[in-house]
Parts: sequence; C-alpha cells; structure tokens
Amino acid sequence: MKTPASLKNKVALVGVGESDIGRVPHMSGLGLNAQAAKRALDDAGLKVSDIDGLLTAYSFTEPYFMLGSVLCEYLGLKPRFNASMVVGGASPAVMLKHAAEAIAAGQAETILVCAGENRATGQSRDATVATLLAVGHPYFEQPYGGSIPGYYAMIAQRHMHKYGTTREQLAHVAVQTREHALLHPNAHMKKPVKLEEVLAAKPIADPLGMLDCCLISDAGGAFIVTTPERARDLQAKPVYLQGIGEYHTHEHLMCAPSLTEFGATESGRIAYEMAGLGPRDIDVAQLYDCFTIVPILELEELGFCEPGEGGAFFAAGHARIGGKLPVNTHGGMLSHAHAGAAGGLFGIVEAVRQLRGGLGARQVEGAEVALVHNEGGILSSHCTLILANDRG
Amino acid sequence: MEAQLPQPVANGDSLPYWQGARERKLLIRQCKACGELHFMPRHLCPSCWSDQLEWVQAKGTGSVHSFTVIRRASDPAFASRVPYVVALIDLDEGPRMMANVLGGDAMSVAIGDRVQVTFEDRGDGALVPQFTRVAG
Repeated sequence: MKTPASLKNKVALVGVGESDIGRVPHMSGLGLNAQAAKRALDDAGLKVSDIDGLLTAYSFTEPYFMLGSVLCEYLGLKPRFNASMVVGGASPAVMLKHAAEAIAAGQAETILVCAGENRATGQSRDATVATLLAVGHPYFEQPYGGSIPGYYAMIAQRHMHKYGTTREQLAHVAVQTREHALLHPNAHMKKPVKLEEVLAAKPIADPLGMLDCCLISDAGGAFIVTTPERARDLQAKPVYLQGIGEYHTHEHLMCAPSLTEFGATESGRIAYEMAGLGPRDIDVAQLYDCFTIVPILELEELGFCEPGEGGAFFAAGHARIGGKLPVNTHGGMLSHAHAGAAGGLFGIVEAVRQLRGGLGARQVEGAEVALVHNEGGILSSHCTLILANDRG
Repeated sequence: MEAQLPQPVANGDSLPYWQGARERKLLIRQCKACGELHFMPRHLCPSCWSDQLEWVQAKGTGSVHSFTVIRRASDPAFASRVPYVVALIDLDEGPRMMANVLGGDAMSVAIGDRVQVTFEDRGDGALVPQFTRVAG
C-alpha cells in the first residue's frame, strides 16, 4: 500500500476552546459547541469571517440530520468546506486530518473543528447508555445483551490472560488521570479518588467497575486549523502538525482481527514516519481513555513500552506529570470530560496547551512534542497525530 | 423462555442463518472460491470478494476466546438476567462469534473453556444460538 502523502508542517493549530463542562443543564448541545467555538476563535484572535470551513462529528442527544450543516446554520456560517464525520471517538483526530488535507490542497484556509453533546443533562443516564448500544452489532451482538463496557471488558480480560495485567494496574489509570484532572480548572471531576475506591466501585462488566469507565458529561470542544503562513501573525504561539495517520480494522468486536493487537500500531507508524520522530521524542501523550484498559493498550501499540507492559507503566507512575511520559494531563475522558466526539477532541486541546506552555502545576516541563491518539468504536478506528511547537 | 429478550431480526444476508437456528443448526458462510469461512454472514467473501458462497453447518463446538460478566445491563431487556456472561466464541471451524454462555456453571467460565452450542427460545419459534460449557 502506498505511503500517505505527507502533511508535515502543512497546517498549524491556532485556537482551542472548551465549553463549560460537567452538568450544564441550561445549555443545548449546539450551544456547547458554539461556546467552545467562540472561545477557540477568541483564543486565536480571529474573526468569524476568517472561517471558511467547518467539520463536526455527531450527536446522540439532539436529533439533527446533517450535523455539519446544522452547526453552520446555528453559527451563521456559510463555508465552502463542511462535513459531519462519524468514526466514533476517532472523529476529532480524523477531522484534523481532513482539515489538514483540505488546507494543504487549497480548498480552505481556516477550518473550525468542533464537537460536543449535552450527554449529562440532555437525556437520562439510562437513555445515554441505551443509545450507545448501537455501537454493538444490531443482529449478531445486541441480541446477547452486551454493552460498551462489556465489549471493552472482554478486551481487558484477554490482556490480563495473555500478559498478566492486573485489576490493580487498571485502577492506577483511573487514579492518575483523576490526579491530573484536579490540576485542570474546567475538569468535570473535582475530588481525588483512591485506588481502593476504584477497586470497590460498583461492578459494571468484569473486570471493569464504574470508575474504570469514562464520564458522561455535558461538554463541547473546538480547535481552529489554518496555514502556517496565516498562523504567523496570530496572537497565540502556533502549534504545528508534524505527522498524522489513521487505520481502520473493523467496527464490531466479534470481527476484530485480534483482542490484543489493534490498529494503533499502524496509525502510529504512519504518524511517526511522517513526523520523522519516534516514541522517544514524545514529551507528553494524550491517549484515548474511554476505559482504563485502553490507554494501557495504546502505550504498548504506540511504542512507549513493550507489549504487555502498559499496566506496569501506569502502576510505576511513569504516566504522571513529572514521570517518563505524562499521559492525559487534563484528566482524560475518565476525569476531565466525555461527551461523544468531544472526549477525544479535548486530548488535542490539551496537547496544544501543553506545547504553548504556562499551565502551572499541570505543565509538562519543556514540552516540545506531543502525541494524541483517538480511537472509535471498540478499538476499531484509530488516528494518531503528532504536534510540535516549532516546525522541526 | 424469557419472552422479553430480543428476538432475532433477519435480513437478506442472514435469513438462512436464522431459519437454520429454528432447526437447531448453526450455519456459517463458506467461500467456494477461496474456501474461507466467515462470520457474520455477508453478500460476498471478505477475504477474496467472491460472491460464490455457500452455507455450511458448523459442528457447534468451540472455545471461549474472551468473556465478561455483565453486572449492569445497558439493555433494559436483560436487567432481570444480571449477572450473565457475554463471550466471544472461537468455533472449531475458525470463525468467531458472540453469544452468552448459559447454564448453572456459566459464572465459572474461563478463557479457553470448551463450549457447545445450544439454542435459546426467544418466543414464536425463534431460537438464538447460545453456548454451554463442556465438562472436562
């Protein structure tokens, strides 16, 4: 297969924004997107008229068809480039890739990427959980009463069987991302959590308990992508895309080629190759963490540790701020926010902020290169991207 | 019978599969061109794209590739069944499918356990393939 054309240094991220996060009952899903978009625009120092493209994902809480067009209408935009993308949690990283492709091809100059939903208050918790059943195969999985936590639990179980990963190692992921969230002023979770509390939390699907599962938040996130030339005279320090790759192997767990090897290895390989960098060059990583097993797998697949050692990596504290490779410095989807495609988008927002610097206690000292990984479905669709605060 | 559990929904790809299940047969698709077996049933072979496929009856034996015990059901229809086992079963013929492991000893299931197909009544004559552990 042909190597994808390079997108290295073709675009810069110049503005990032988060809506209010948590339980925000007075705002609609579109409102959360709009608030995040306005904050990203202000962050960039751009005008609304500078935006000539928009990408968004999907919403489970609001019944709109053509969400990209709906959001443009809501925001009063008439762009020349617009789409809604549905590759699950991988959507934000894939949207960045599509934005970069469009900008590199001259189809647009400045693209707003946003996503978000009012999942905490826009519908009941049970309705959210039931809606998410659609990720399972309607005819060959759903008749057996599985659930998204259940599918990921089967992956965790297999990892434990193959490598000896422990229940405690999974719990360390939840504890550490919570520690990071407490350093983030806008994180959904505000209280620390102890290892024993994670282990004793309500069981959901063995071996996963409630605190191994991501949040259900009201949240919207946005970032703005433009050309490096346009970025030069904007107010914030630009962050440059160095490498990006995607890889898709299945949607439904029963069709996954393996329960221990997923598409992150290949999406990461493409991203590293494009950037001319390797795992050792990464200063901070924002990994997808819908369940505690997931960042463990991603650490392994993206080359930060050997296969089977992801759990020990977390348990040893290497993923803490100040550790070998700080992971999910904003608190991830386990503790910062999860609302549809916004969950993975906040990893991109946080990577940009880390590379700009000045985050106080949350700052990874000397961060120059960041990696973000998004995955969608049941580790089905993968996209890895590498950002840097200079052009390499 | 737990009539409240979902009944199978057949479509153009799967009608013979669900008809077979009504006769307590586990049918899988085999490609006549390359010989590969696959699950779930499709219009063409996902290995070579030949549309010359046939239905073959699986022996109904296999092993547990992985499993979970659902302690909180996402689908309200399954709430009364909690806790229950959802597993990925590797059929001896090769293809992998999802099912419940049923039976009095289901909660002691482990990866690698041998299992045998059984058929669960979902009402109106509809049966869905399920598995039970094989002793020894």
